[in-house]
Amino acid sequence: MMSIIWPILVIVVTVFGVLGVAAVSTMLERRLLGVFQDRPGPNRVGPFGLFQVIADAMKMLFKQDWIPPFADKPVFLIAPIIGFLAVLLCFGVVPITPIWSVAGNLNVGLLFIFGMLGLGVYSVVLAGWSSNNKYALLGGMRAAAQMISYEVFMGLSVMGVVMAAGSFSIRDIVDAQTNCWFIIPQFLGAVIFFLAGVAETHRLPFDFPEGENEIGAGFHTEYSGMKFGMFYLAEYAGVALSSALVTTLYLGGWHGPLLPPFLWFAIKVFLLICFYILLRAALPRPRYDQLMSFGWKVLLPLSLLNILVTGAVVLLRAGV
Amino acid sequence: MSEVFDNSRAAGAGTGSMGAAVAAFPPHMLMMEEATRDGVPTFWVSRGQIRAVLQAVKAGGALRMLLDLTCVDERQRIHRDGLPASDFTVIYHIQSFDGPIDEVRFKVPLAADDANIASITDIWPNSNWLEREAWDLFGVVFEGHPHLSRILTPPTWVGHPLRKDHYARATERPPYTLSEDQVFDEQEALRFDPESWGMKRHSDNSDFMFLNLGPNHPSVHGVFRVVLQLEGEFIVDAVPDIGFHHRGAEKMAERQTWHSYIPYTDRIDYVGGVMNNFPYVMGVEKLAGITVPPRAQLIRIMLAEFFRISSHLVFYGTMVQDLGQLSPVFYIFTDRERVFEIIEKICGFRMHPAFFRIGGVAMDLPEGWDGEVRAFLDYLPKRLDEYNELVMKNPIFKARTKGVGVYNTEEAIDWGVTGPGLRATGLEWDYRRKAPYSGYDQIDFDIPTAVNGDCYDRAAVHIEEIRQSLRIIRYCLDNMPGGPYKAEHPLAVPPPKPRTMHDIETLIHHFVGVSWGPVIPQGEVRSCIEATKGLNQYYLVSDGGSMSYRTRIRTPSFIHLQQLPMLSRGTMIADLIAIIGSIDFVMADVDR
Repeated sequence: MMSIIWPILVIVVTVFGVLGVAAVSTMLERRLLGVFQDRPGPNRVGPFGLFQVIADAMKMLFKQDWIPPFADKPVFLIAPIIGFLAVLLCFGVVPITPIWSVAGNLNVGLLFIFGMLGLGVYSVVLAGWSSNNKYALLGGMRAAAQMISYEVFMGLSVMGVVMAAGSFSIRDIVDAQTNCWFIIPQFLGAVIFFLAGVAETHRLPFDFPEGENEIGAGFHTEYSGMKFGMFYLAEYAGVALSSALVTTLYLGGWHGPLLPPFLWFAIKVFLLICFYILLRAALPRPRYDQLMSFGWKVLLPLSLLNILVTGAVVLLRAGV
Repeated sequence: MSEVFDNSRAAGAGTGSMGAAVAAFPPHMLMMEEATRDGVPTFWVSRGQIRAVLQAVKAGGALRMLLDLTCVDERQRIHRDGLPASDFTVIYHIQSFDGPIDEVRFKVPLAADDANIASITDIWPNSNWLEREAWDLFGVVFEGHPHLSRILTPPTWVGHPLRKDHYARATERPPYTLSEDQVFDEQEALRFDPESWGMKRHSDNSDFMFLNLGPNHPSVHGVFRVVLQLEGEFIVDAVPDIGFHHRGAEKMAERQTWHSYIPYTDRIDYVGGVMNNFPYVMGVEKLAGITVPPRAQLIRIMLAEFFRISSHLVFYGTMVQDLGQLSPVFYIFTDRERVFEIIEKICGFRMHPAFFRIGGVAMDLPEGWDGEVRAFLDYLPKRLDEYNELVMKNPIFKARTKGVGVYNTEEAIDWGVTGPGLRATGLEWDYRRKAPYSGYDQIDFDIPTAVNGDCYDRAAVHIEEIRQSLRIIRYCLDNMPGGPYKAEHPLAVPPPKPRTMHDIETLIHHFVGVSWGPVIPQGEVRSCIEATKGLNQYYLVSDGGSMSYRTRIRTPSFIHLQQLPMLSRGTMIADLIAIIGSIDFVMADVDR
């Protein structure tokens, strides 16, 4: 009996946990931006403005669910769902603590994540295409080019970790960091992985698919109500996922002295989310082609170099 | 300090000036020379000769700019003795930017039933919009113009608003209605037709996308529409569409007294505040022969420089925001708030104080003003240093702005670019220095310039100008003279109250001055200043009435925006946003 209830409990709690984190991140972002920008931020609803999250959720739920008459209706509907589900499914293979994960032991965990992230691109591209709006189309085009290329560097940058741990299972990767976090031997890989993560979640400074100063709201120009809410939540869930992955792959996951594993995991993820927000507050947006050439001309050779060096070290060690 | 500062003295037909050169033209080219109040050499030219004359003027020297092109409906004018018969007079104002200020003005008389004149778009490219404007507002046809269409009024407009027989107020019309059919027609009229602009819909290997950027877009700084012809994200061509903010400021001037028009000028460049009052009141003062006391002059300079700082801060913050950096605009607007606090304490208003008066300013400086100003002078430079680290040294900011939107000095002159946009090309030219007005010649300040004329340089020049404005304000703070803040002149202030009850003359003057407003002697004058964004020139024609006969407002934003297609061709959408940010325009200033 327990063998059935426990996994279901884990799944349900994880899903709602992720949704909760995504929702609270929206609030955290606005308050932190307020701090960075010398202004209060939303502080009217509830104590410290904490109920703003609920107010926002209510607003999104009750807004008119408008589908533009010129849009491709089925695709327009399905696009946000794809994006949202792809991010949620990724969390399935992230081990949060030694005892808490939906499928953290999956032996191809990392590959599963890359598969899901690949699917996530469809969400943005289809949204941009089906909206039948020129701004959305430009956003979708940018998204396709940006996310596909950054997936390449993301995949390559993480190979160093895979080689060092000798496994695609994220659980094994975390276990391999008991003594030394991978951020020390794999520093280059960690930086590239983080940058690619920013590009994957299309957050400032890499928010080209929606770059509001240039193309209005980009791929979700025509979206409103809960369908926009799904893009919005997926973005923050994506930030949480990217932070969780950096934590598990490079920062030792739940490992840490004194505090219980879950707290260590939560602290690391929280700090990374804050860093994401700081990036948004601090940096201007490069031009779209500059980002692409930065990726192909700088990040690609660097991640290949990283693989080469890591492979050599692994082989040397194995040879001894 | 008692010296009278007058910005007309540099003009006039000195030897070697453009005016002298024109006066020496063969007699068949010129009809006559007219003496104007501002001393700018003014020549009447027949429409058959105007192209030849302008070509000769342009070829006569380097860096000659078509500063302004406008029109006057002369049909109701009383005082024009000895001038050639004319219903519509087209006016060309040429200014040289080579050395000290040197200007010349040409007038071409046209008959109402034959209001045609040859276009000069091939001589000065910036005459394009100016001619469209003159056609739109006066109905003067410029033959050979590449696209003579309405520019400030909607394409569906009937009539030419600045003609004297066009109504000025909505109350002169039947009540306005808007039927559904009309709405549809108005919208259809805004549909972009690439063929009419000579654009193709396809290239050899792809279809172009026509993207309607604006009039509601986060980065176009107001209601500005630009239609982009795109190949992928690259801009093949761009067609700016303006006029959404047009409110007929020039027409309003013809039904407001000289005095009550001052608050309207505040709102022309709405981030420039009293900077807009400056050329207007100086023009009226010149017409009326009023000498402004030194204290008022320095108060004016100080407030104008505060508004320059305020305007440049808005430029800085919004330009950076356009490039995706979200935070600096908040810090910068906090600084701007400090500026407004000071302005509010002095003027009683924040953005549009209308503080300048004919003959001086509205009131004296309040007690303790100097403390606030001094604190601000110490505060801002540190903040600017911080923004320098945050923005100007940021590699992403540099990558987005360096080498983007480049033009050189010659192109700038051809397109009528003045102000920081001109100085960023390396030309050290500032009206405050070349033709000092209101006492700028006593103040020591530098003219910041840059080399490359790209978006980065324009931003850098703006920032350095903020520092120079601080220097000017510090001078005003340390050297503020005593004395009256308003000229003792019958056209500027009412007669002294104690005397009104004793003699009938004073009483009548008081009555007329207060109920009609001052009657300004007839004449015409141009009055130009170095405004926040470039040269802002008012061309005032008085027909000896209590209201202006014609008020022409030459705003830098209108002229500068015109070069957008040239700058954006071949760039990407993101570059266009950087260029728009760096041009520093305000739509209210463009459309008037």
